This record gives sequence, C-alpha cells and structure tokens, in this order.
Amino acid sequence: MTYNYPDSTGHFGPYGGIYVAETLMGALDELNQAYEKYRHDPEFIAELNYDLKHFVGRPSPIYHAKRWSQHLGGAQIFLKREDLNHTGAHKVNNTVGQALLAKRMGKPRVIAETGAGQHGVATATVAARYGMECVVYMGSEDIQRQSPNVFRMKLLGATVVPVESGSKTLKDALNEAMRDWVTNIENTFYIIGTVAGPHPYPMMVRDFNAIVSKEAVMQMPELAGRQPDAVIACVGGGSNAMGVFYHYIDMPGVKLIGVEAGGHGIASGEHAAPLTTNSPVGVLHGNKTYLMQDENGQIIETHSISAGLDYPGVGPEHSWLKDCGRAEYVAIDDDEALRAFHDLCHFEGIIPALESSHALAHAAKIAPTMGKDKVLLVNLSGRGDKDINTVARLSGITL
Amino acid sequence: MSRIQAIFDRLKQQRRKALIPFFTAGDPNPALTVPLMHTLVEAGADIIELGVPFSDPMADGPTIQRASERALKHHVGLHHVLDMVAEFRSSDAVTPIVLMGYGNPIEAMGWGTFAQRCAEAGVDGVLTVDFPPEESHEAFAHLTKYGIDPIFLLAPTSTDARVARVAKQARGYVYYVSLKGVTGAGHLDLAAIEQKIPQLRKHINLPIGVGFGIRDAVTALAVAKLCDGVVVGSRIVQEIENSTEQNVVANVSKLVKELRQAVDKA
Repeated sequence: MTYNYPDSTGHFGPYGGIYVAETLMGALDELNQAYEKYRHDPEFIAELNYDLKHFVGRPSPIYHAKRWSQHLGGAQIFLKREDLNHTGAHKVNNTVGQALLAKRMGKPRVIAETGAGQHGVATATVAARYGMECVVYMGSEDIQRQSPNVFRMKLLGATVVPVESGSKTLKDALNEAMRDWVTNIENTFYIIGTVAGPHPYPMMVRDFNAIVSKEAVMQMPELAGRQPDAVIACVGGGSNAMGVFYHYIDMPGVKLIGVEAGGHGIASGEHAAPLTTNSPVGVLHGNKTYLMQDENGQIIETHSISAGLDYPGVGPEHSWLKDCGRAEYVAIDDDEALRAFHDLCHFEGIIPALESSHALAHAAKIAPTMGKDKVLLVNLSGRGDKDINTVARLSGITL
Repeated sequence: MSRIQAIFDRLKQQRRKALIPFFTAGDPNPALTVPLMHTLVEAGADIIELGVPFSDPMADGPTIQRASERALKHHVGLHHVLDMVAEFRSSDAVTPIVLMGYGNPIEAMGWGTFAQRCAEAGVDGVLTVDFPPEESHEAFAHLTKYGIDPIFLLAPTSTDARVARVAKQARGYVYYVSLKGVTGAGHLDLAAIEQKIPQLRKHINLPIGVGFGIRDAVTALAVAKLCDGVVVGSRIVQEIENSTEQNVVANVSKLVKELRQAVDKA
C-alpha cells in the first residue's frame, strides 16, 4: 500500500499521538514493542488466523440485498455480514488479536470499556476462550439500555462494573478502564475496543479489523463483478469503518463514507457527530482528534439512539481521512436509523444493530439517486438482537 | 529568579521541605477559591497547586473527579481560574502558583493565549497531566517564552531513559507520583520511594516533590524525609467535600497546619 499512517510516533497528520499521564507511558512502550514484535511473527499470525476461521467463523459473507435495493429503486446494495461473526459483531476481530497479544505478554487479566456491550461481550468471550480474568467497565446508563449484553458478559464469566460518573456512558467507562489499568499495570492488558486511545491502539485496532476490507476486496469482484462505487460504515469511535475502509484507501475510484450519529438532528445540538459538524480539535482519551466540547474545552454530553455511537470524539485516523479528503462524513438521525432498521428486517430478514442501521440509512438515502448499475457496500457491523428492547420501547411495546 | 526557585532556595537554606497543597479551583464554589488560597499560605503552604476543572479527569480518583464536577456546576472555566490567580496575586506577590489539569481546556484557549494570560495573572508553573514530553514540546515552548515553568510528572514505572528525557524539558520542580494508580489511591510504599529518588537524582537537578497517597501528618513526615517537597491533594479536597461553606476555611486551615508541623520535623 502507498498509504502509510500512522508515523512511527503514532500520528496521523496532526492527529493521534500519546496524550496520557506519565504513569501509563511505560505500559504503552511495552505494548508497542510487543505489537511490533508479533504483528509479523508467523506463529502469531497462524494462531490468529486459525481462531478467526474456526472460532469467529471468518470469512464473513457478502450478501446482495436485492429486494431492498429493488424497493429503493437505484444502486445495488451489498452487505458485509459482520453480524454473522461469533458474538454478533465485528468487535471480536480485534479482541481475538489483542487477547493473543496479552497471552504472549504474560498478562493474565484483561479489562475493557463498552458502550453498546458488543465490545464487552467480545472481550468476555475471548477471555473465557483463553482462560483470562475479565473486568468490563460500562456506563450505568448503557447498562439500562443494553441489558441482554450485560447478562451475556456475566454468563461468560466477566465482572461488569457499572460506571456512575459523568454522563454514565461510553466515555466515562473509558475513563474508569484507564484508571484500572494505571492501578493494575503489571498483570493487566487493556483491550480497547475502538480505533481511539493512545498509540498504538488506533493502529492496532484498525489492523485487526482490516480483515473486513481484505476479504471484501477479494469477494466483491466475485459477487458484484467489480469493486463498489462507495463503501459505507457507521462511525462512533470508528473501528468497523476503519476495518472496511482500510484496503480501499488506495483505490481512488471507491468513495469512503463514514456515517455519524445525528441523534435528535444536527440542528438540535443533541448528537454525536464531531466530524460532520466540524467540532474543534481537542485531546481526550490519549489522542488528538475532532472532539465535541464547549468553549471552555469541557467535553459535552452526546446523544444517540445507539449506545455504540454515543461518543464525543472519533478515532484520529478518521479526522485525518476527513482533512485529506479521502473519506467523507455525514450524519443520520435517530428516526432515519430506526426506519432503516425496520426496512432491513422487512425486506431482507436481517435484524441489524442500531449502530449499523445508521450506515444502512445513508445507503437508503443515496441509492435512489444512483443508477441501478451502481454498487454500494455497507458494513453490517453487528446484529440487532441486543437492541430489540430499545426498539420495542420506542414502538410502545413492553417485552 | 522565578518564584518557584526562590522558594526552594530559601527552604534549602533553612533545611526545610516544601509543603505543596492542591485543591480544585471553584470547589466548593468560585467565591471561596481565593480565600482558600490565602488560607493555605497562612497555614504554611509554600507553593499552591490549583486544579483546573475538567469534565474527564482520567488520571484522578473519585475524590478529585467530584471536586471537578462541583466546580463545573458553577461553570468554572480556565479563564475564571486565571482571573482567580490574578486576584490572589494582587495581595500575595511571593507564593508560587502552579496550575494543574488536563490539556484540552488549554488547547481550546490556545497555548499562546494561555501562556500570555498566565504571565499576566502571575502563574508560575503549569502541570498538564496528559501531555508527556513526547507531545508537549511545541505547547510548552509557549510557556517558557513567558517564563512559566512546565512541571512534569515521573512515576514508579518511568525508565532511566524517560527520566533523562523529562530532565531536559522540566523546569521549577519535578512531581514524582509515589504509587501506581490514580490520585487518592491506596497506601504508600515508602521503601519503593526511597529506592527510586536516587535514580531520579542521577538525571534531575531540580527539586523533587512527591505526591499521590499522602493522607496525614505521619505519611507527610515520612515522605518529606525522602524528597524536597510534599504534595497533598485528595486529602485536602476530601476536607473541602466534608465541610460546610461556613467551616471549610477553618477546617482546611487546621489540616494544613498539622501537615506543616509534620513536614517541618523532617
């Protein structure tokens, strides 16, 4: 590839970096060295590939959503079926990789933050698989919204710690996980679930998720006869988007579109769309990036129907892809996402995650404006079983 | 000569150790911040570390996070904190003030503006918890241009190479974080501190302050024997939290006097 980011100090242009307290620098050095050592190690790669195939179920298929495309009356929509992975989302691609790294580094305990609970479940799953102790931090607000995933983590043997500080969502869970890490640094590996955090996390999480586009680049010609005109993915922190974008970055004919959470609408101010709204650049959770904040530099509370997108920042590589014009970023509000959720259930027999429904909604928005010979590839990053309580409540139904 | 250097020179002549209390500006309310600063000085503080409230204080424990939350309820921002320092400075020209906090409020103001306003207000040092030397070169050049000391943290996990790197950029004093964890956590390992300080002194020619986990007169004395200054944060913030607006000044004064007496026995 000619695209070659981040640089050796973890920067994507002006973004990224290592903005953490001195107490964490030693651990990040250690992680960086271990990752550099093992990422090209044939034994590590073989073990990773074995588990991705036999434990996760890769490669995930690509599916032509014919009925929905026909209903929309424009471009053909193809779905990368990350929802069919073990644990039901793309998150497990990364947790398998980081857990195997933790094992080699001799860390018997893993911790994670989670928003929607998908990353928490994926971490609890690999911790069980490799015999590690697992603690997951989750905002108490999100615990309410995502109770099935909380129970799933507990079944898998993880301890779920409710976080009561701040807005009680993903960013606060991240703060709490960082605090645990700094306290238990000797025996603990922090499995970050998105392409944010201090270097090397944004790079490492992207690399482990890049299998998604690596497969898609091979699968699309077979299924659609060619590469897509555009690749569409939802962006909270942005791990599924970086995964499905990565091997397309060097193909200028393929548009890359990241879809942020528009919440109650951009105009309402209640959203989680720092890139779409050109939020000021700031520093949070170890990296420099576009960041939703007030005039005093305090992080502001975000809103989204989907817990997994409810985050005020975004992975630094997305900030860079926006600035250099390689990717474009748009927002889809709660109602549009919900409509796409129901449409995919109705036309294709697939219940999508509310996060992924944002990407689907944008595809539904642009497909009718394109010719029937055009091709859109949407990363269906997760399945929606975890969201049925939320959707039922919004429909006035008690389960 | 900077106010920070002047204090440490004087203390050295007197064979005394510095007492460096911390509290968060705007906690419990903005009107009490300047009176509390003067109270600290009267009770024996040599330097004041004044916390700048931040919504996401990742390196702090629950006590200091709650202090930030109380201050933010009053919408205390960085420019308010600078105004408070200026007000304090109008009647105290001697006691060094170090602003301590996270980088984002400064990023939002802009480092150039911030450094200039620090100089105007009479700030002496700035400690930005989440800006290690790797990321702070450009930002801190603004500070040194105005004669403001960048204060750096060192930790039990800091390697020799890192200590050497910090030594090159640090001014004023160096803040050694005495335990693995967040502010206000667990118990101190005095033996580990005693072992680490000489390793730091190989590279660091500045005074070394030690903080994190100093809870009372006994631990303050024990730590003071090992270094040049004792930083007490969470314990003071806890006192503020447990006081009423009527007795907070008296309670903080009593606590700091106890700490002063202990540190002077070192």
